[in-house]
Amino acid sequence: MKLEEVARVIDGKILIGEEKKDLEIDKAYAADLLSDVLALTEESTTLITGTVSPQVIRVAEILNIPAIIFVRGKKPTQKILDYAKEAGIPIIATNKTMFETCGILYSNGVRPCRNRPATNIHDDSRYCE
Amino acid sequence: MMIQDTVSETNKFRFVYLIKPRDFSNAGDASANVKAELQKHGIEPDVIRRVSIICFEAEMNIVLYTKGGKLIVEVDDQKVDILALDKGPGIEDIELVMTPGYSTAPEWALEYGFGAGMGLPNIKNNSDVFEIESEVGKGTIVHSIVYRRKNEIKGNN
Repeated sequence: MKLEEVARVIDGKILIGEEKKDLEIDKAYAADLLSDVLALTEESTTLITGTVSPQVIRVAEILNIPAIIFVRGKKPTQKILDYAKEAGIPIIATNKTMFETCGILYSNGVRPCRNRPATNIHDDSRYCE
Repeated sequence: MMIQDTVSETNKFRFVYLIKPRDFSNAGDASANVKAELQKHGIEPDVIRRVSIICFEAEMNIVLYTKGGKLIVEVDDQKVDILALDKGPGIEDIELVMTPGYSTAPEWALEYGFGAGMGLPNIKNNSDVFEIESEVGKGTIVHSIVYRRKNEIKGNN
């Protein structure tokens, strides 16, 4: 679905990147911790997150993330928005929770990226504390 | 931020960044700069992605956990060599910090999105060669190589 439709179905607001409203969003990944994002996100995967820090934009730049959705009513600072604008990454903000946002997008055809977990729960040899 | 950009030989270049501790307004800038420079020099996209992830994780480790340090990136025809050095406090149990999910991040770091316990495992997973050395009270050296040639034999990964 298009960026504009994504914003509409999650009752969100496009804060940056109105000019990219026709951008196609077909894959997404949701996490608050950036190392999880760095470990598991593929190219062209939209990021759904409740973390608002300048480093989120840096991670998005590194991974060529096409768009970011900030959930739970989190408001990015002007500095974060400026970074995003500079990097050409559209930003949507929504009051919905991460779970709700994911559910709505999934039911509209957005799919997860390839799942490559850091550890395998079926392998008993490597549990962390 | 970037303190040196030396082109010693025609096909070799090097970037050195000073990384300040707890500097969250600029944290990530060095890695973003590495990515931009590699793109400028026409490095392969897959190599750029892996190097950028390694640099970002290494840079954030220095910002979050150390008294400051340096990130040194050297590029030649064959490989990208990344060295992250810091001034301490050093790591007591390296095996433990290499365990995916293990984290010593303070609670405030979670607000910024850190503390997944995936930093060093992410560096290792993106490296062809990965080495870590640490001395408590002195500091830590993380050394990483990403080969630019696909047929290159993988290192001790």
